[in-house]
Amino acid sequence: MFKDIFYRKRKYATIPSEKVKKEVPEGLMVKCKQCGTISYTKELEKNLKVCTGCNYHFAMSAQERVQATLDDDHFFEYDTDLKSTNPLKFPEYEEKLAGDMEKTGLQEAVVTGEGTIEGHPVVMGVMDARFRMGSMGSVVGEKITRAIEMAEKKDYPFILFSASGGARMQEGVLSLMQMAKTSAALARFHEKRGLFISILTNPTTGGVSASFASLGDINIAEPGALIGFAGRRVIEQTIRQELPRDFQTAEFLLEHGQLDLVVHRKDMKKTLATILDIHLVRRDH
Amino acid sequence: MAGDLSFEKPLIELEEKIKELQTYTKEKDIDFTDEIARLEEKMNRLAKEIYGNLTAWQRVQIARHPERPTTLDYIQHLFTDFIELHGDRLFSDDAAIVGGIAKFRGIPVTVIGHQKGKDTRDNIARNFGMPHPEGYRKALRLMQQADKFGRPIVTFINTQGAYPGKTAEERGQSEAIARNLREMASFQVPIICIVTGEGGSGGALAIGVGNRVYALEYSYYSVIAPESAAAILWRDASQAERAAESLKINAPDLFDLGVIDQVIPEPMGGAHKNKQQVMEEVGRVIASALNELQSLSGEELVIDRYEKFKRMGQFSSMVEVP
Repeated sequence: MFKDIFYRKRKYATIPSEKVKKEVPEGLMVKCKQCGTISYTKELEKNLKVCTGCNYHFAMSAQERVQATLDDDHFFEYDTDLKSTNPLKFPEYEEKLAGDMEKTGLQEAVVTGEGTIEGHPVVMGVMDARFRMGSMGSVVGEKITRAIEMAEKKDYPFILFSASGGARMQEGVLSLMQMAKTSAALARFHEKRGLFISILTNPTTGGVSASFASLGDINIAEPGALIGFAGRRVIEQTIRQELPRDFQTAEFLLEHGQLDLVVHRKDMKKTLATILDIHLVRRDH
Repeated sequence: MAGDLSFEKPLIELEEKIKELQTYTKEKDIDFTDEIARLEEKMNRLAKEIYGNLTAWQRVQIARHPERPTTLDYIQHLFTDFIELHGDRLFSDDAAIVGGIAKFRGIPVTVIGHQKGKDTRDNIARNFGMPHPEGYRKALRLMQQADKFGRPIVTFINTQGAYPGKTAEERGQSEAIARNLREMASFQVPIICIVTGEGGSGGALAIGVGNRVYALEYSYYSVIAPESAAAILWRDASQAERAAESLKINAPDLFDLGVIDQVIPEPMGGAHKNKQQVMEEVGRVIASALNELQSLSGEELVIDRYEKFKRMGQFSSMVEVP
C-alpha cells in the first residue's frame, strides 16, 4: 500500500513538436494503438483498416463496412427517414445526437438495407460505434426489426455487423425493450427458417450482445473484438480479482464455446459468400 | 446494498412513541387515549405527506427493501400444489431463479421468478437474486415445458441484474439472455410477467417477454442501475438520485412510456407493510389477465406479444408506414 505511494509509475505523454505538427498534415498517418506501427491512412484503408504490423483491426465506419462487404458498393438503404427523439427529455441528449450526426454523416448508429455479396442477395445491417458508441435506442431497434421483417418478406438471408456499447441510456427502459423487439423479430425469422449471420466487431457488449448479436445461426467475430455482457471494471469490482488480459476478447469467447468462428477482415467477404452459397439449397421438410 | 430509508425516520419515531404510550396505558393504568389518537392522526397525515411525495430514488429504496415479498412469498400465497423443479440440465441449479409447476385457482401453470434471499446466508446461497446463465437456462427449460403442455406461464421479476461475474461471462450470459428473449417471443401459451421489485436491465427482461407485463407501484424497471448511470454519465455514483429521476424508471413512468400494462397498487409505504393486501391485488391481476388471454389461440398469443413489443419505442418518421 505505502509502496504504491512512493513508487507510483510515472506516465509520460509524447507531445509532438511544433515542427512535426507542421510537416505531417492531420489525418495523413495513423498510429496503431496496439503495436505502435505508423501507417499512411491511405495504405491502411487499402488494407481494410487492419494494421500491417500486428493485424489490429481498426474500427470501420458503417460506410466503409458496406463498401468492403457488398458487391460494387451497391447498397439500397432502408428507413433513412427514422430519427431519434428525446422521449425521456434526457438532459443534453439532443445536442449529443446532433453532434454525432455531424461527425459521422449518419442519421443514427445503424444503417440497414440490401445488396449482394458475390451475387447473393442479402439484407444487411451495419452498426457504427462512432455514433453514441453504437448504442441501441428506439431508432436502432426499429431499423433492425424492420430489416429483419424485410429479410423475412423477401426470403433473403440477414447479415448484421454489430459494434455497440449496448442499450442507450438516454432512452432508458425504451432502449431495453428494443432487445425484446429485435429478438422477437428474429424469432419469426427463425420460424421461417431464415438464415441470420451475426458478425460481432469491436465492441459488442451489454444489451446488444445480450440480444440479436448472440442469436445468429452462425456467430462470427473479428479478431481481438471485445465481446461481453458486463463491463470489465464492473466484473473486477464484483468478484474482487483481476481478470486475464484476453478476457472477453473474440479469441477468449471462441475458446469458451461462445462463438462459431473468428475471421480476419480480409477473409470476411469470402467467408460470408461461402456460407451463403452453402445455404442456397434448402430442402423443405 | 443497504437502502437509505431515512425519509421514513420521522414516521418510525412517531410509531414508537405511540407504542410507548399504549404500553403506559396498559401497565400504569393512565389514560392516554386522547394523546394516542392525536398522534395517530398526525402519523397518518405525515405518512400521506411522505409517501405521496416520494422521489424516484426513494421509490427505488422501497423496491429494494429487505422485507419486500419475494417470488417464493407470492408462490406460497397465490398458488397451490407448487412443486419446485431444479436445474438447467447443462451445468447446475441456480438458486437465484426459482421455478416449477403449480395451480393458480385451479388452473395448471408454470411459475418462475428471481429469488432474493431472506437473510444474509440465504442471500449468499441465492447470489442476491442475480442469476448466472444457468438460471436463465433453467427458466427457459421450464418455459419450454409449459409450452409443450399448454400451460400459461407466470413470471415474477425482481433482480438488480444478471450477475456480472467471470464465470457468468465464460458460460455465455449474453447468449442465455438473448435466447430467452427470442424463445419467449414464440411460445404459444399466455405469458404474464409482474415486476415486483427491481427490474434490473437485461437480467430482468430475460424472463419478461409477456403478453401482459405489470409492475407493482413502488417497483422500478431500468436499462441500467441509477448508480451505474450516474457513474457513467457524470463520473459520480453519488448522483444516483439525479439519474433515477432522469431515467424515468418508476412504475407510473413505465405505464406512461407504454412498457407496462398496469400499475399494481401497493399499501402506503410499500408491499412489506401489508403483504396480504399485495397478494390480493396481484392475485386479482393474474386472474383477470389469464381470463383475457384464455380466448386467444396459440398463434394469436404469439402475434399479440409481437405487436406489443413492436410498438415500444419512440421516434420520428417523415413517412407513414401503413
